[in-house]
Amino acid sequence: MKPDPPTNTAAPARFLDYDKSLACIHCGLCLSSCPTYLETGNENDSPRGRIYLMRAVQDGRLALGQTAVRHVDLCLGCRACEAVCPSGVQYGELLESTRDHIERHHERSPWQQFLRRWLIEKVFPYPERMDLALMPARWVKQFGMERLLPTFARDALSLIPDETTSAPLPAMVKAGGESRGRVGFVSGCVMSVMFAETNASTMRLIHRAGFDVVTPPGQGCCGALFAHGGNLEEARAAARRNIAVFEQAQVDTIVINAAGCGSMLKEYGHLLRDDPAWAERARRFSSKVRDLTEWLAAVGEPIVRGTNCSAKVTYHDACHLAHAQPIEKAPRTLVRAVAGETFVELPESNVCCGSAGSYNLTEPEMAARLQQRKTDNILKTGAKTVVTTNPGCLLQMRAGLKKSGAHDVEVVHIADYLDREARRANDD
Amino acid sequence: MTPPHETAVITPAMVAALCAIVGTDGVIAGDDELLVYECDAYTLEKHLPGVVVLPRSTEEVAAVVKLCAEHHLPIIPRGAGTSLSGTVLAVTGGVMIALTRMNRVLEVDYRNRRALVEAGCVNAWVTNAVKSQGLFYAPDPSSQSACTIGGNVGTNSGGPHTLKYGVTTNHVLGYEMVLPDGEVVWLGTTPDGGEDVDGYDLRGAAIGSEGMFGVVTRVLVRLIRAPQAFKTLLGVFETVDDASQAVSDIIGAGIVPGALEMMDQLITQAVEAAYHFGFPLDAGAVLIIELDGLAASLDKQAAQVVEICRKNRARDVRIAKDDQERAELWKCRKRAFGAIGRLSPNFITQDGVVPRSKLPEMMRFIQRCSEEYGLRIPNVFHAGDGNLHPLILYDERDPDQVRRALAVSDDI
Ligand SMILES: Cc1cc2nc3c(=O)[nH]c(=O)nc-3n(C[C@H](O)[C@H](O)[C@H](O)COP(=O)(O)OP(=O)(O)OC[C@H]3O[C@@H](n4cnc5c(N)ncnc54)[C@H](O)[C@@H]3O)c2cc1C
Ligand code: SF4
Ligand code: SF4
Repeated sequence: MKPDPPTNTAAPARFLDYDKSLACIHCGLCLSSCPTYLETGNENDSPRGRIYLMRAVQDGRLALGQTAVRHVDLCLGCRACEAVCPSGVQYGELLESTRDHIERHHERSPWQQFLRRWLIEKVFPYPERMDLALMPARWVKQFGMERLLPTFARDALSLIPDETTSAPLPAMVKAGGESRGRVGFVSGCVMSVMFAETNASTMRLIHRAGFDVVTPPGQGCCGALFAHGGNLEEARAAARRNIAVFEQAQVDTIVINAAGCGSMLKEYGHLLRDDPAWAERARRFSSKVRDLTEWLAAVGEPIVRGTNCSAKVTYHDACHLAHAQPIEKAPRTLVRAVAGETFVELPESNVCCGSAGSYNLTEPEMAARLQQRKTDNILKTGAKTVVTTNPGCLLQMRAGLKKSGAHDVEVVHIADYLDREARRANDD
Repeated sequence: MTPPHETAVITPAMVAALCAIVGTDGVIAGDDELLVYECDAYTLEKHLPGVVVLPRSTEEVAAVVKLCAEHHLPIIPRGAGTSLSGTVLAVTGGVMIALTRMNRVLEVDYRNRRALVEAGCVNAWVTNAVKSQGLFYAPDPSSQSACTIGGNVGTNSGGPHTLKYGVTTNHVLGYEMVLPDGEVVWLGTTPDGGEDVDGYDLRGAAIGSEGMFGVVTRVLVRLIRAPQAFKTLLGVFETVDDASQAVSDIIGAGIVPGALEMMDQLITQAVEAAYHFGFPLDAGAVLIIELDGLAASLDKQAAQVVEICRKNRARDVRIAKDDQERAELWKCRKRAFGAIGRLSPNFITQDGVVPRSKLPEMMRFIQRCSEEYGLRIPNVFHAGDGNLHPLILYDERDPDQVRRALAVSDDI
């Protein structure tokens, strides 16, 4: 006889919102949207499977061992499953509380400890530290010494842009002419170090639309890197700081150009729901947050069709925009307005590129497989420009195209793309 | 053969032999990983399979099946596991063969309008692959975004558009199957053959057989030219009776809609909560009526349908204004089952067909059962062909509800 499913573990203290986990009726409609399931075909690597595992751990049917942790670790947190789930399962929340539980109760290898507790939590969220940490990498690249490194390090290095410009943003830019309102801008930690130019483009777009832009200096990391790594306390601390800073700035709207940070900012209300002193303030903050694309489409930024763009343009859905927020139409409307007939849809445009925050550091193998899948899909379209909305995706796709030798395909942030085309059109 | 209900034993040597065929990453043998394979979308009964294998080719499937035959181990083919009837249950343990890694569209023959796909290919991907050429794969079970062609063959799936286009068996020209002894055969039309089959047509063997006769590995499906135009109407009725009568009258008037679907009040409310389409929450029933064909003939037909609905006391008849609204309407209908999660953690459903004229009577019967057993039973179904799916809601944490759910399910 085969033994019944293992029941030798005592049920752990409640970590899962059980009613929310029961919302999963096991229909399986989420399967084909899950990138890891598409790659492995293993139901344990699917949303339905992972929820089943979480529930089994919670019920004490399954010990929190290597296997369960492996399958939860492999989850990208891309939330494609959430976007298609007919039953409204809040997968992201279930995942976050399970990860929090794992980090408290599961012993990790020293390397994973280093990545998770040190690099991802102690360096990335801080622009100055990040700048410092990038220095050796820049030297290696400058002197072309990549060849000397082991593969995993080369892969990681390939993600660092050749030029990183980090210039401080002005705290306040006044709209030319009559102001239509006052917009707060979140400069982001990774964005401000690696993509200062994108931030500048964003400010110009907001400015051109006729608004004053405030970039409060006291702001910090949005907390997403903590939350995704299963460290909710740190995430809450980050949230409180940002809420306080933006309350001071007195803005009607808070605009963000990085989809990953944006979805986190929109979740502050939920993150702090049990903190009486902050719950209401957090809710108010979140209700003001807008992704750049959603905001531009709503205020009706007039963008003129670019003139010399005969090459095809395509659009990649950043998971944190398309699934978490969920915004799919606004960016397409903006890009189509510029690209017109040259716009083509990207097959599997909403399948994660494998970047997923810090995923390409913690799960390099799966990240590389998804990167290849994305590259193949991009090459199939024949597009020469790929537009997207998140820094992680940008780096991941650039590195992937480079690996495949597709040097003539550019990947640009939508702010840079729109700003560039608008300026081109004005020059004519 | 293993006698029924005695669990087959999978030895470590067997696991090693399977690994030798499909690779270690294609074998799932630990209880902790097998757990998620203990049921399909029907969660009332659960059994762990002894082992799950994820082959990548027909050769691998054949080698696995052969090995199982030699050791008298039962095999259970599995697609996406969206079946609602527990057909993917490993009742006697055994070797589950999941085709999820064999999921490609292999070839499209545009001239002869057919496509060769692997059995694990997701239903909707077939249409996605050919729609730019104005073609589509007609059987459209509501689970089409996830279920596999192999699973569709196993259950002879239909969907909203079955009314006009037929079920899976009408669209499968032929397929490759691994027989229980490991032999690979091709049944029906071959990818390079003509429509007519030489000799016996054994295509029917596996279609609807729930994986009993072997593992289907590749399928040659028929593609249909997409209709030139669609008109999708939403009829809002005070009662299920009125809506059912409208269904009968539409078909009676000689109109064959591409699809004709009914949702009752409970399900409409759940769907509205999920998708905010704008369904009325107080209507007794809504009908989704889709006409397709030549653009020129549609306006006249639509006017006729509106007239019939009004005659049956429809409170409102709306016409989808563009492709996007049409897509949203179908999204709601296709995901209606799933929206049940908002009403109740578990459900069982029955799949029955009654003559269209008996629809109102059957619906009243279901309503009585619901009251008698104290369980809610919403309905969403293919009204056009009288195909009913009463959804019996229960909570698996309450044993009494489970008992009542099974009893009422039997009654129906
Ligand atoms: C929300 C929802 C809506 C649904 N709507 C519909 C609907 O409108 N119409 C409808 O008909 N069904 C519907 N279903 C049921 C189900 O989706 C279909 O029966 C579908 O065809 C099953 O496909 P699958 O890939 O999930 O197969 P599975 O569930 O994995 O398997 C189904 C059966 O086929 C066998 N099988 C699977 N693959 C193979 C193979 N390669 N070779 C041989 N046998 C095989 C299995 O052994 C099993 O007996 C719905 C299910 C859900 C959850
Ligand atoms: S689609 Fe939603 S309800 Fe269905 S299995 Fe996936 S998570 Fe569960
Ligand atoms: S979040 Fe993404 S990777 Fe994780 S289960 Fe959902 S779809 Fe799969």
